[in-house]
Amino acid sequence: MEKTINKNFQHYQAAHCENGVTTSLLKNIGVDFITEPLAFGIGAGLFYIHIPFVKFSGGPAVSYRSMPGTVFNRTCKALKIPLERKKFNKEQKAQEFLDAALKQNINVGCQVGVFHLNYFPKEYRFHFNGHNLIVYGKENGQYLISDPVMETTTSLTPEVLNKVRFAKGMLAPKGQIYYPTKAVDISRDTIEKAIVKGIKINTNFMLNIPTAYIIGAKGIKYTANRVRKLRDKVGIKQAGLYLSQIIRMQEEIGTGGGGFRYIYAAFLEQAYNYIPKDEFISISEEITRSGDLWRACAMQMAGIFKGRITEQKHFDEIADKMFEISDIEEQSFRRLSKIKLK
Amino acid sequence: MDKKDIPQDKGHLKNFTREVFYAKNDKGEYEAGLSAGWEVKNQALDFAWKDIEEKVNQAKEDIKNGKISPIKYYMELNVMDFQTLAAYTGIWTFFIKRHFKPKVFKKLSDKTLAKYASAFEITIKELKEFGKNDK
Repeated sequence: MEKTINKNFQHYQAAHCENGVTTSLLKNIGVDFITEPLAFGIGAGLFYIHIPFVKFSGGPAVSYRSMPGTVFNRTCKALKIPLERKKFNKEQKAQEFLDAALKQNINVGCQVGVFHLNYFPKEYRFHFNGHNLIVYGKENGQYLISDPVMETTTSLTPEVLNKVRFAKGMLAPKGQIYYPTKAVDISRDTIEKAIVKGIKINTNFMLNIPTAYIIGAKGIKYTANRVRKLRDKVGIKQAGLYLSQIIRMQEEIGTGGGGFRYIYAAFLEQAYNYIPKDEFISISEEITRSGDLWRACAMQMAGIFKGRITEQKHFDEIADKMFEISDIEEQSFRRLSKIKLK
Repeated sequence: MDKKDIPQDKGHLKNFTREVFYAKNDKGEYEAGLSAGWEVKNQALDFAWKDIEEKVNQAKEDIKNGKISPIKYYMELNVMDFQTLAAYTGIWTFFIKRHFKPKVFKKLSDKTLAKYASAFEITIKELKEFGKNDK
């Protein structure tokens, strides 16, 4: 039986899949300084978008992070690490390419769908195609998998791996793989510049996209206004479904609106170690407050779909909290944009 | 959030994994910790699955009453929406909706049925003979 394992591969667990894959792939080629918060910040992962007119399992299509794939790309680019990224039309070609990469001891990042991902609990397996994992070897006909949201490594049969790599529907991964192709020395100056660039991109996302009433800090208000009208518009039961959906988007395994805000707050704290601007610390506190509020929102939403609280004022309270979040995030990123960075 | 406040509510992740959670340590600095799960998220998942179960049961009922074809049932069972099913089968949503009609469903070719069967990971026979054993 053929056997290719990258023996030196080390599994790192992370809060979020793509941050985790990015961090782990880089650490495994010797980029020691990288941490999940740094990858998230340099990759400008924080985001908010409410896509109107699109429904997802009876709820709104909202996302708290940037498009799958972008964190890895931006982080590598900013750190000047060369990378390979490939999509495929045919399963067989995709598998051959993967096998060849593994033979060269390359650890490969893959975008996958979670519906057929059988090491996940059933309750988490929806048709969500923006998940990421690492394949680090093949043994006894099984692919060895390092999924960064899991505590330990797992494995998948070739059939299942092909299936998740070619999951269909929204964000279909098309067998997409990616990995850094070369270890490079990264100077402190490069890291500092990467941090600055990440902050600038993220500031633009959250504040400056033209006519963006559905994107960034403003987008949160758009959702809030929807929530306010929900009870009258669709009734309690559908409203509950809508809100439970927001929570599920907000809190996938290990991530979510609240969780992402905490990771970004951690990023600002770590950024301070490279660029000692006191503002980073106080803005980090603000983003933490936003994370806390997202969680408080989620708790209140749960109260509604559990039927504990059902009056209009409870919907208003959620909407008000979301307005507060929007303001906090807008002000935080405005302050970030005003700091004099190189 | 402080590290000691990281939620440890056992739920759907039990026996699978714990998840990483960033929170503040004693020194007020962020650090990664592990969470067994969070009640609110567990409840949201439960709620979503209860809804799916209801839809599946409703579809079953509707098939019995001749209102709808088994395609709808399997679509709900596989937690698919039209977009997802269309992507897996290569059949346009407009036609999928037509195939929900029992009369139209009965006339479907094996070639079309095979597309659905493969998307649902069942055999054509299972799709065709849905519920026959229940009666």
